Amino acid sequence: MSQPALLPETQLSALPPRFAAWFRARGWAPHGHQLAMLAAAEAGASALLIAPTGGGKTLAGFLPSLVELAGQPHEGLHTLYISPLKALAVDIHRNLTQPIEEMGLEVTCETRTGDTPHSKRQRQRRKPPGILMTTPESLALLLSYYDAPQVFGSLRCVVIDELHAFAGTKRGDLLALGLARLQSLSPGCRRVGLSATVHDPDWLAAWLSPTASPEGVRRVIGRDGAEAVVEILTTREHLPWSGHMAVHALAEVYQRIRQAGTTLVFVNTRAQAEIVFQELWHLNDDALPIALHHGSLAVEQRRKVEAAMAAGKLRAVVATSSLDLGIDWAAVDLVVQIGAPKGSARLLQRIGRANHRLDQPSRALLVPANRFEVLECRAALEAVKARSLDGDPPRPGGLDVLSQHILGSACAGPFDATGLYQEIISAFPYKGLTRKDFDRTLDFVATGGYALKSYERYRRLGLDKEGFYRVANLAHVKRYRMNVGTIVEAPVLKVRLRNGRVLGEVEEYFVNGLLPGDSFIFAGQLLAFEGMRENTVVVSRAASGDPKVPVYAGGRLPLSTHLAERVRGILADPEAGHDLPPAVAEWLRLQRWRSQLPPADGLLVECFPRADKEFLVAYCFEGRNAHQTLGMLLTRRMERAGLSPLGFVATDYVIAVWSLKAAEDVDALFDEDMLGDDLEEWMAESSMLRRTFRNVAVIAGLIEARAPGQEKSGRQVTFNADLIYDVLRKHEPDHILLQATRADAAGGLTDIGRLGDMLRRVKGRIRHRRLERISPLAVPVLLEIGKEQVYGSGLDELLDEGAQALIAEATEGLEVGRGQAELPL
Amino acid sequence: MSDSLHKAGRLLVNGVELQADVSGALLWPARRLAVVADLHFEKATAFAARGQLLPPYDTAATLDKLEAVISRHRVERVICLGDSFHDDDAVGRLDPRQAARLKALVARREWIWIAGNHDPTPPADWGGLVAEDYCEGALTFRHEAEPAARGGEVSGHFHPKAAVVLRGRRITAPCFVTDGRRLVLPAFGAFTGGLNVLDPAISGLFKKGFQATLLGRRGLFAFPRQALV
Repeated sequence: MSQPALLPETQLSALPPRFAAWFRARGWAPHGHQLAMLAAAEAGASALLIAPTGGGKTLAGFLPSLVELAGQPHEGLHTLYISPLKALAVDIHRNLTQPIEEMGLEVTCETRTGDTPHSKRQRQRRKPPGILMTTPESLALLLSYYDAPQVFGSLRCVVIDELHAFAGTKRGDLLALGLARLQSLSPGCRRVGLSATVHDPDWLAAWLSPTASPEGVRRVIGRDGAEAVVEILTTREHLPWSGHMAVHALAEVYQRIRQAGTTLVFVNTRAQAEIVFQELWHLNDDALPIALHHGSLAVEQRRKVEAAMAAGKLRAVVATSSLDLGIDWAAVDLVVQIGAPKGSARLLQRIGRANHRLDQPSRALLVPANRFEVLECRAALEAVKARSLDGDPPRPGGLDVLSQHILGSACAGPFDATGLYQEIISAFPYKGLTRKDFDRTLDFVATGGYALKSYERYRRLGLDKEGFYRVANLAHVKRYRMNVGTIVEAPVLKVRLRNGRVLGEVEEYFVNGLLPGDSFIFAGQLLAFEGMRENTVVVSRAASGDPKVPVYAGGRLPLSTHLAERVRGILADPEAGHDLPPAVAEWLRLQRWRSQLPPADGLLVECFPRADKEFLVAYCFEGRNAHQTLGMLLTRRMERAGLSPLGFVATDYVIAVWSLKAAEDVDALFDEDMLGDDLEEWMAESSMLRRTFRNVAVIAGLIEARAPGQEKSGRQVTFNADLIYDVLRKHEPDHILLQATRADAAGGLTDIGRLGDMLRRVKGRIRHRRLERISPLAVPVLLEIGKEQVYGSGLDELLDEGAQALIAEATEGLEVGRGQAELPL
Repeated sequence: MSDSLHKAGRLLVNGVELQADVSGALLWPARRLAVVADLHFEKATAFAARGQLLPPYDTAATLDKLEAVISRHRVERVICLGDSFHDDDAVGRLDPRQAARLKALVARREWIWIAGNHDPTPPADWGGLVAEDYCEGALTFRHEAEPAARGGEVSGHFHPKAAVVLRGRRITAPCFVTDGRRLVLPAFGAFTGGLNVLDPAISGLFKKGFQATLLGRRGLFAFPRQALV
């Protein structure tokens, strides 16, 4: 908590003497926003503090509580602090202990997370500290105990850190429901939100508000720091047409690392992190201490890197979003973003990690990995300069999370349905929840919610004589507590060095593809796979080999709508002072000459023949997920039109479809009505929907990832979520969880909402260009063919795509394509 | 079913020509015989009793599939390879309509219930023959494969599934597994999970390699052991 002295001595008079003395002793004065937070507390108002990192934000959040607690002793829990990361809660605890001790305040302050020992957790419920620091999941657990009214009855304040990271997510939904519960237990409790700069502060204020409306929440805006100095690397090397690793530029990045004191190198995926780290290590002739940090590494490993970083022992860390939030390192000189940032808010957050001091500008370097990424980096840079941020509009809270919360409420004690409904609609994400949907969700929790066949005898919640819902037996309570939370992960396995330590976790399916002796890159090391020992992947260090890189599902964020708009803007008028590097400017000039540039308001669709096939390339810029869905729908439609589509590939920017016959009526092909029957039909089969359903079913407690007695194995659920989905669709098409799945599908992996917006926008504005040959702008996407994953297709779809060839490719050199009888078995 | 798909389902086990069906059933066309493994009737209610309220339609869905296979291929005889009932109390939880359907199915053809680990004594109420294992021609039918069995063993129990990577995407599906000597069937019941064929429990049965025939939604796809992940 660095705190330069910025304000005159008079400011100190606003503080109690003990606090003023403490500030003075450090040569500090309170920031204006810290005093504004104090004033809000005195007025008993909730407050939202929006400030860049490094503005003394955390202290601003806690100062009012400390002042109150110092002024008069408080029995029981006074302030609850909620953080998205366990590590952040621990770090803030450390930072807060210091002023408490230095001022000699009699304030107890403790953390409570999944790592807290059982005995301490029990003691915390009996005798809560004055300040408790925890996560949304631990809060949900605490609220599920019968003694929650005693624990939280005395609560005066809840501080929510990194509020922007919660709002709009399912984890945020869970937290919002928890906050609503807290409000009932302690009606006078006020809320404090700490947030980075956001696109829509009104929405965030409403989210924070105990009444789900932005009035009544005081807005406090921290001072903006010095403007960041952001540069886009113009490589001296050849700028690649495609790819995401930016390996070409890493020698230049290494030079920057050498020149800076400490550098954070941000990448977008864990696979990128491993490869960039390896390459930097090859280039590291000066043996600089460079470390790797991503979410799959063992916790101890990550903590070690964080500690070394905090102690100033590292020159660079290659990191994914695992370092986006939280822990303060004051001394970062340079932030490098490898690959396009995908969103301006995210870029701003990352840049903010450099130099947490307001009076000095952050320095950042963007390293585009290919030509389109140059445009995206440029767009992001212009967005950051214009302080225009991206943000999705608020989505209604998930019914799956609601189910979990209802069961949790019953675990805490009997409830009355109307009372619970009133409480729930005071939470912003659920303020539009209808009583009907609430009742259906409640029925799902109680009996499974099946209309055709009742599970009356297996009720989880029973209705007593007074009309209160109660848990039918204690086993349900145990199961609830084992499965609380909204983060559904793919099954993972620990990776352990032979006779050594655990390095981290990889997804199970990656391991299934390994044979003993295969090498792969993980945790920055070249490892050889030895075999499986009881759910652990045993590896040894390898000397050489052609390594694989673990791929993780869902690691990539799609391009934000806001950045997409800006990229279209640049393309429509590339000469308007965008300062594009010569290679890119030349590329766009060629495009204009051979075809045309994509217009800002319409949609450019190019069709051209190539190698006996007809290609259709559409420059939509709606992000990979929306393009994947579009690809599925387009190929269906082309099939019907007799064009014999063979396949498609989608990037963040473009979609390319290839077929035997050329598309003539492109307007009809892109007609909005594809979101009608085609979509319905596709959704029935789509594996993306199935994955969405699986997550919904796990969060809602229909499928439990962990059941008593088998929590240790944790490898797979014992039944197939796909089959449950099929059966539900057939027998209960209106089931509440199918409704929840469709709501999730509007965003997320299928991004149907975004696709619909685009189709409406470009209607009547499609520029169809029939070309003799491939255009310059189409080259990158065609290079992706064969490299990109095709999501959402089952075996049959791949077969429709001409999978015979793919199968031949996948099994090259093996005995395939012959019937069983001829196989040499 | 087109010729090419039909071909993908042809299996030769111990010299006997068999046909894998996309439903997960095995057909012995020469004898008008259908074999199904691991029906797990009333699995959903078994979970519901323990607090996990799965949709109570698994038995109906499994019977739908079974009736369809039987009528599509004019099956006259059926062998169920064990674990037909999820547990001992499954029969008591069957709703009368589904019970009547099952009874009608069994009454009209020759039916053999092989005992499984979930149903060591399959209920006799339905008719049909109950057996530990059953031999016919060059084939032996039992619930769980015996590592030292002679050629011609046809079994279930493991719920095999297999995965292939096509264009960077991993696709998993239930499958038949055979090396031409023995055959393991996929589970036929709704809601049944699976075990990857590369797990030693399955791959250990096929020391010299095997072929997996994956069930797509519309067709079957055969892959050699080496192509699986």
